[in-house]
Amino acid sequence: MSENRIRVLVAKPGLDGHDRGAKVIARALRDAGMEVIYTGLRQTPEQIVSAAIQEDVDVVAMSLLSGAHNHLFPRVVELLKKKNAEDVLVIGGGIIPEEDIPYLKEKGISEIFTPGTYTGSVVEYIRNNIKRKL
Amino acid sequence: MLEKEKLQKIRKSEDNWEKETVQEALAKFKERQEAFSYKSDDFLLDRIYTPLALRNLDYERDIGFPGEYPFTRGVQPTMYRGKLWTMRQYAGFGTAEESNRRYKYLLEKGQTGLSVAFDLPTQIGYDSDDPFAEGEVGRVGVAIDSLADMEVLFKDIPLDKVSTSMTINAPAAILLAMYIVMAEKQGVRIEQLRGTIQNDILKEYAARGTYIFPPKPSMRLITNIFEYCSRNMPKWNSISVSGYHIREAGATAVQELAFTIANGIAYVEAAIKAGMDVDDFAGRISFFFNAHNDLLEEVAKFRAARKIWAKIMRERFEAKNPRSWKLRFHTQTAGSTLTAQQPDNNIVRVTIQTLAAVFGGTQSLHTNSRDEALALPSEESARLALRTQQIVAYESGITEIVDPLAGSYYIERLTLEIEERVNAYIKKIDAMGGAVRAIENGYIQKEIADSAYTYQKEIEAGKRIVVGVNKFQEEEETTMEGLLRVDPAVGEEQVKRLLKLKESRDNVAVQNKLADLRKAAQGEENLMPYILEAVRLYATEGEICNVLREVFGKYRPVEIL
Repeated sequence: MSENRIRVLVAKPGLDGHDRGAKVIARALRDAGMEVIYTGLRQTPEQIVSAAIQEDVDVVAMSLLSGAHNHLFPRVVELLKKKNAEDVLVIGGGIIPEEDIPYLKEKGISEIFTPGTYTGSVVEYIRNNIKRKL
Repeated sequence: MLEKEKLQKIRKSEDNWEKETVQEALAKFKERQEAFSYKSDDFLLDRIYTPLALRNLDYERDIGFPGEYPFTRGVQPTMYRGKLWTMRQYAGFGTAEESNRRYKYLLEKGQTGLSVAFDLPTQIGYDSDDPFAEGEVGRVGVAIDSLADMEVLFKDIPLDKVSTSMTINAPAAILLAMYIVMAEKQGVRIEQLRGTIQNDILKEYAARGTYIFPPKPSMRLITNIFEYCSRNMPKWNSISVSGYHIREAGATAVQELAFTIANGIAYVEAAIKAGMDVDDFAGRISFFFNAHNDLLEEVAKFRAARKIWAKIMRERFEAKNPRSWKLRFHTQTAGSTLTAQQPDNNIVRVTIQTLAAVFGGTQSLHTNSRDEALALPSEESARLALRTQQIVAYESGITEIVDPLAGSYYIERLTLEIEERVNAYIKKIDAMGGAVRAIENGYIQKEIADSAYTYQKEIEAGKRIVVGVNKFQEEEETTMEGLLRVDPAVGEEQVKRLLKLKESRDNVAVQNKLADLRKAAQGEENLMPYILEAVRLYATEGEICNVLREVFGKYRPVEIL
């Protein structure tokens, strides 16, 4: 039974300490029946990718409010590719200006969730867009 | 008529009113909800409050007079009739030059104090060229690597006239040292300096995240600053015990007060344990709270905060100087209530929150800008936020009497209710061994996260209305023009400046001072003099923090979901 559950790594890249959103999302995903691992604060892209591989997750969900998203999000996608894990769905959220979203999507972040997002829409998005077969 | 008889008569009349007048009205139309509670806690509200709600309240004991114990009505006898609050907008981004320009702009527009936002590498003790700083330099605040940057940040700003608040915690001692030396070079003496250093590590562990060292050496650095300031900086607030970030992370109003005051108790205990007399430092402790939309609850919260702290300082710590009993605080409007949807609506939210802070008797105020759910504030938005304070100050008339809401049956009842609930939390935290223990075992983080999750679920279930988010949405969101963008080249520019500095200073002397600091850190001495010496020779923040990291180690958080 448990091997059919979607596994998600909720990650906080960079130095940003705002983890309210990340924790709320983590709980909501867990309440929706997913297995959730939360990295805690201040993770480098390398640490996030190594946790994703080690925990064999289907999704990496990153939250960032410091403005360093254009730098840090694409780096995680790149490193996942290097580890032959491009079938991991990568999504992001936080204070992210509208005009940055096309760039992030082009770099392989599948979806960006901005303030006001319902946790239900994140759950639904993950269920509909997961790349790996469960 | 005796007081008791009077109350009995009111009770009887109220019963009649409920049975007849109210029931008659309810038969025609029901109330909008089955029950009403104040939004951030589960305290059910009565339909009305009458003198009965205050039957256990003693005016002289519980409310008293402004400027007198227990300060429920304010810390100054004349409050805003004497002097308005300090209008202090938190600002800083990019390089020291850019931030210096923004400060001058805000001062020119009528701001009366400065508040420095540092970037994350500065807050966590990394120089701009550190690999950990990549992508973060100048993003959420200004990048300060050394005294040289500090000199640029305050160029041509008269520090004997303007007070400065610095949001810096784990490396507070270093940034304070840079400020002192920079002011001295401007010709301003240390005893003239007015302002505040946040210096509140416990809420970093609990809610804000910019910790570096474990609790024990962190508490040592904090008491070192207390001691140094009490001897040398009579007008400087040596700490700003902050509930703001605890609330932003999701805490309720009661939790905001409870956890902040519990942290305050921990700092006082640490300083006493380090050998200081409570009256030597308690008068320079300041606080920092959040102002949310729930106007009356917030007013009651501020009033309760003063009363609770006054009692703790006088009764628990036996402080003798009335100055030590006073809870003075800065307020910032609630960033977490701002919406990315229909951003102009945020101006209205900020206005309500401003009213809460002013009715609550704040000493200084930062008003958020309408665009902060989207980016750092643009110049125009920052001006509008400042204008909001100015309109409340000069046009609303609420500054003309002291504590105008006192005596409202509801406000007084709520003030008392909040006080009781906060004291229950403090008792629980005391029983755990104090705030440091309650943070180390994750209790406070868990409480905050629980509240944050409940809040979100209420929004999604439509139990809590947020205009523009779950009601009154616009089909087509208008995009906000003119958002501030930090130039990505700031990082490179800052690194170049840092390398140049390292070539031009006396590196042997710097290394000697860092070695002295290392030795002192291994012992028991106050580290402020050593840090001042290193800073004076342009040792960088990262270099100093690296020495301290080697000696003190790093904090390893418990992660609780």
